[in-house]
Amino acid sequence: MKKYAVTLLNALAVFVGLLLVWQGLGVVLHLPPYMLPSPLAVGRAVVARFPSLVASLAITSEEAAGGLVASIVIGVLIALLFAQSRWIRRMLYPYTILLQTVPIVAVAPLILMWVGPGTLSVTLVAFIICLAPIIANTTQGLISVEPNLIHLFLMHNASRLQILTRLRLPHAVPSLFVGIRIAAGISVIGAITGELFAGSSRVGEGGLGYSILYASAQLQTDYLFALVLAATVLGFAFFFLVMFLEWYFLHNWHESARTMTDE
Amino acid sequence: MGGDLMSAQAPTPMVSLAGVCKAYGSNPPVLQQIDLTIAKGEFVSLIGPSGCGKSTVLKLISGLTHTTSGTLQVDGMTPVNARETISYIFQDATLLPWRTVTSNVGLGLELERLSREARQKKVHTLLELVGLTHVARAYPRQLSGGMKMRVSVARALATTPRLLLMDEPFGALDEMTRDRLNEELLRLRAEQNWTAVFVTHSVAEAVFLSTRIVVLAPSPGRIAQEITIDLPFPRTAVTRESTQFESYVTHVSRALRGVHSA
Repeated sequence: MKKYAVTLLNALAVFVGLLLVWQGLGVVLHLPPYMLPSPLAVGRAVVARFPSLVASLAITSEEAAGGLVASIVIGVLIALLFAQSRWIRRMLYPYTILLQTVPIVAVAPLILMWVGPGTLSVTLVAFIICLAPIIANTTQGLISVEPNLIHLFLMHNASRLQILTRLRLPHAVPSLFVGIRIAAGISVIGAITGELFAGSSRVGEGGLGYSILYASAQLQTDYLFALVLAATVLGFAFFFLVMFLEWYFLHNWHESARTMTDE
Repeated sequence: MGGDLMSAQAPTPMVSLAGVCKAYGSNPPVLQQIDLTIAKGEFVSLIGPSGCGKSTVLKLISGLTHTTSGTLQVDGMTPVNARETISYIFQDATLLPWRTVTSNVGLGLELERLSREARQKKVHTLLELVGLTHVARAYPRQLSGGMKMRVSVARALATTPRLLLMDEPFGALDEMTRDRLNEELLRLRAEQNWTAVFVTHSVAEAVFLSTRIVVLAPSPGRIAQEITIDLPFPRTAVTRESTQFESYVTHVSRALRGVHSA
């Protein structure tokens, strides 16, 4: 426990130090606030525009979460298909890699053109960016079962379905979580990227991406910093939520989740 | 006619291999011309240097792989049809890490669609039999190597097999644990009366457990010698100290050395 406190204090000290350097930089270099607003100015912007900040955050988190959940559902289904035979994998796996390598920034405008601007298209962008890591990791988990475990099931005349539900699927859960951890991080990036192109589809407020565009065009740099801060908070929140779920489902039996418990 | 009469009277052997050969693809054969009959109630150990096809014999008997030529029967049936009577214990415990000990022991019964009540009752009896009741709700990662293997044995016995195939089940354990598990295995055998085919590298283990030891020679795998172990049951820790035990160990070791230098 003491070790954690020391780590926390160290991190906090670095944080305070950085804030001081930041504040000092503006003063020493005589930077105008639209180039580098002071931490205090950013703090004021957060307080002053808190409702719209939270509204943007809510929209983006909805889209990112929607894309993430959809990618988990569809990704696991595709992985189940991939796990059926080596032929299917050979035929379709290259497209998974394609999905991963195509830059999302280039695809996003296309999707917006096809689907039309709005929450759905932004969610779709987040979904596409999340899909590849889910498929790849889940497939790996489904097919990397120890041969002797398969033999054990065969010796009990287990059906293909029994082998899938009682062996392959539970065995794949840790790998699925590796995929979800990666996907959770990039889902926020996907949603914000989508919003950069989608604009504001709701009356009044847009998501973080839209607001970032708007704030930079208006030279509201202090609010731009506040938005970046909000995006970071969102990323962290997703990350910790996934960590918690992973711990909850795996701490009884899997090594990756055990590191989080005190032993 | 005389032959028919004979076969009608002689009990069906638990396992019979006649002229069995096994080759993978176009590679040189792993096993050649194996003739081996194992009667019900026997405890047969297969021993021999690496690459002599010991494990392959078990894979064949279990139907996990098939003979290239020759005939193989388990209780008068094809291996795959006889699976309900067979349990296989692997080199590693092969437990499902996401299941508790209880749930692991019940796996076979569950796959064979036994009702939950019947399953629970049976699992409980078995846990008592192998002395695992105190860890019934533990997960495999919390257990020592010896305990894991015990769970594996309990799982194999849960489906009341009549033939137990064991592939170096205690090979990874320290000697003390191994000796104790050997003694327990014989105790379980006395109570449950199954037939066993046991693969091992340890001469002492083979002598202690077996009624018969089959020494295999490598490349291609073939039977070099068969040695009947005529030590009285029940065998206990004291058995290992007897001169008779010692002389069997010497005898089998010599046979093994002959196979190695050949």
